Amino acid sequence: MTEPIYKTDALIAEDIDAYLVQHQNKSLLRFITCGSVDDGKSTLIGRLLYDSKMIFEDQLAALEADSKRVGTQGQEIDFALLVDGLAAEREQGITIDVAYRFFATEKRKFIVADTPGHEQYTRNMVTGASTADLAVILIDARKGVLTQTRRHSYLAHLIGIRNIVLAVNKMDLVDYDLAIFDAIVKDYREFADSIGIESFTAIPISGFKGDNITTTPSPNTPWYKGPALIAHLESVEIDNVSDQAKPFRMPVQWVNRPNLDFRGFSGLIASGSVKPGDAIRVLPSGKTSTISKVVTMPGKAGPASGTGGDGDLDEAVAGQSVTLTLADEVDCSRGDVIAVADNPPEASSQFEATIVWMDDAALHVGRSYWLKLGTQMVSATVHAPKYTVNVNTMEHLAAKTLELNAIGVAEIATDRAIVFEPYADNRTLGGFILIDKISNRTVGAGMLNFSLRRAQNVHWQPTDITRQEHARLKNQTPRVLWFTGLSGSGKSTIANEVEKSLNLMNRHTFLLDGDNVRHGLNKDLGFTEADRIENIRRVGEVARLMADAGLIVLTAFISPFRAERELVRAMLPEGEFIEIFVDTPLNVAEARDVKGLYKKARSGQLKNFTGIDSPYEPPEHPEIRVNTVEMTPEQAAEHIIRKIMPLK
Amino acid sequence: MSKTLTHLERLEAESIHILREVVAEAERPVMLYSVGKDSAVMLHLARKAFYPSPPPFPLLHVDTTWKFREMYALRDRMAVESGMELLVYQNPEAIERGINPFDHGPLHTDMWKTEGLKQALDKYGFDAAFGGARRDEEKSRAKERIFSFRTASHGWDPKNQRPELWNLYNARKAKGESIRIFPISNWTELDIWQYIHLNAIPIVPLYFSAPRPTVTRDGLLLMVDDERFPLKPGEAVVERSIRFRTLGCYPLTGAVESTAATLPEVIQEMLLTTTSERQGRVIDKDGGDASMEKKKQEGYF
Repeated sequence: MTEPIYKTDALIAEDIDAYLVQHQNKSLLRFITCGSVDDGKSTLIGRLLYDSKMIFEDQLAALEADSKRVGTQGQEIDFALLVDGLAAEREQGITIDVAYRFFATEKRKFIVADTPGHEQYTRNMVTGASTADLAVILIDARKGVLTQTRRHSYLAHLIGIRNIVLAVNKMDLVDYDLAIFDAIVKDYREFADSIGIESFTAIPISGFKGDNITTTPSPNTPWYKGPALIAHLESVEIDNVSDQAKPFRMPVQWVNRPNLDFRGFSGLIASGSVKPGDAIRVLPSGKTSTISKVVTMPGKAGPASGTGGDGDLDEAVAGQSVTLTLADEVDCSRGDVIAVADNPPEASSQFEATIVWMDDAALHVGRSYWLKLGTQMVSATVHAPKYTVNVNTMEHLAAKTLELNAIGVAEIATDRAIVFEPYADNRTLGGFILIDKISNRTVGAGMLNFSLRRAQNVHWQPTDITRQEHARLKNQTPRVLWFTGLSGSGKSTIANEVEKSLNLMNRHTFLLDGDNVRHGLNKDLGFTEADRIENIRRVGEVARLMADAGLIVLTAFISPFRAERELVRAMLPEGEFIEIFVDTPLNVAEARDVKGLYKKARSGQLKNFTGIDSPYEPPEHPEIRVNTVEMTPEQAAEHIIRKIMPLK
Repeated sequence: MSKTLTHLERLEAESIHILREVVAEAERPVMLYSVGKDSAVMLHLARKAFYPSPPPFPLLHVDTTWKFREMYALRDRMAVESGMELLVYQNPEAIERGINPFDHGPLHTDMWKTEGLKQALDKYGFDAAFGGARRDEEKSRAKERIFSFRTASHGWDPKNQRPELWNLYNARKAKGESIRIFPISNWTELDIWQYIHLNAIPIVPLYFSAPRPTVTRDGLLLMVDDERFPLKPGEAVVERSIRFRTLGCYPLTGAVESTAATLPEVIQEMLLTTTSERQGRVIDKDGGDASMEKKKQEGYF
């Protein structure tokens, strides 16, 4: 085993103050290692930590004991044990998750995202790659360019990593043969060209023996003239620096208002730089102003200048968290973007995006998800994918949805315009996550490719007569009374009774009934899950327009999924959506079977029937619940009327 | 003009971004303040993130009544300096049963810290709690998210963590569920010390070497911080020049013999030392290999 190179810097012992000054000016590089245990990935990371003295004696002692007990390297230290963190992983001998490791050399601090290499962990690799400046693609010299090499390279390129290192590992096992190294590099270059990777750096290494990791040339590879892995990592350009050359953009995170005299906008600068006097524009409103101050906290300065005691700055650049004050009182809040005035980003609500699906439950085409981009949070629906990509062959495949780990290209629509830039231009304003509205899980991640032109041409037409005026003329407050329940629960009957009562009270109403709407507006839809989602979306939109017209709208639809009912709720002003759960047990509804549908469903003549072979998700907190076993339709209607009055 | 930000500037900006995201999205955030050096940095970052406003959340100290006296003094001083509300919580059952580290072993940590923390979060209804854990401290921490989601019973499920991409954090949760947030996840021990040094951040004097009353027990060098420390037969209190690399309950925290009396000397000693900082802690050891992972699943921070 070679001696660690970075063990101790003589300066630490001789002149600690000089050492500290030297080391407080290190830059930071984040990179990802791609490969599997078989490629020696964990061994390489263990080696980097060991060589840069990030492993202490007590850890090393534990490691030596573990190596002898469960290691795979005989009596030698098994570095892989050092980085396979969770107990579950150590038992199974695999790396499940993204783990972050830290080490530093004299020039830089490094954060390594360590992710598993198998195809079922595509989402983990994408996650690790999303914050990386550089990717180390590991190849076993005995095996050459494999399917997984192509997959890892494609993913790294997809996520926008510009610095690719091809680390040809285990050179010790092929006798440090130049011909083998050259053949692998040639193979890889052909592949890289085919997917648009412009350049990469190939380094012959042995993670196990330490060749070309910290110093070059290794006596074993006299033919290699390039840098050692560490030297290369120390010298590549960091994305954060290139981002500064782009136009200024800062998503507003938080409005800082300690008192009436101070109003600041806090955020992390996504690109460009900013200084007092700069002309800016607030998006999406388009209002302009001038930067008055770039504020950070003045502190007690430490013994050396640095992050402390900054106070107001002359200039701030991409990657810094600051608070900006403006010369004018302009409307600006969380979700807005402050940008350079003469070159602002666009806003749009329809895009083409590349999406990586990260959840066990597949994408529901047409369902409403939360989309978070920068500090903007909106509702979004994803259309059927144009295609998905086979991550092993890069072939485009037809697909109806996106399953776990699938990567697909699809159109996406947001419920209001968002400020964005194509991902290729700006990771912060082009990268987004999708969140399930019920489970709150992060189910997908995506990159906006471009805005669809039709979005820019369809504008909301402002009208002079507002919804308030419509409602005032009718002397009532608009409501959407949303009846939900199983087929045969009595939704239509009760809704009809409620409408009759309201009509007698001179209320302006309209009843949208499931069966009736399916004869016209929705006659193109069937009963698959996707069609049911679209059915409810359309009814929701119609109900909203009618409520805008001042009407009290009653809807009688099974509407089996919580997510879609919540989607309609979100379309309406707070308090206008009244969810009424017509609570009838399945056996009661089935016994009634007014339309004979349960019988058909049971005999298999009718597919996707709610309650039989398609789920019904009852409301968790409906505004009103009526029990049709205990109440007659008339009693239920009366109960509802009492609950919703006075309607003014 | 381009400017290469230093690693500390990048780490600082990331932490501030995280702190602000939580304040913008959570209903009732709180900062878990343990008075150690990591808490000191986290508190400083919070003050910087919201300046000129004071951080818009309280500090919560889950107290065991067995911390070093100097820790209590600094805690009270920093609450005043930062203009933040300080909440101190002590598990009433642990008080009643007189739970202490000498007689109750692992139960001490479980009742005061794990149970105490859960009770405090429930009592005040906090839905987001900042903690000063770092990923370089311990193996299971290396895989924990910055936004670490907890069930209504405060459990952590390492296999069911939300993916975290770019700097987009998902803070949404159902009623009753909560999030632990670790704004200094990506800092290392050296980063923490350098940042304290550069910003002159106040820390507990115990980190610096001084002559202190000590006892050697079970291979640990313990400080006799008050009269509650029961001496075993044959034990004698000896004055030694010691300091601490990590701070917790005084009867559970091992000191190191040292002459490092200034920050640069402390950093120097850290860089030249050959054992990791958690080595002085009894708490990681009980329960074997996956001890911390298990504790976290049970609700420990």
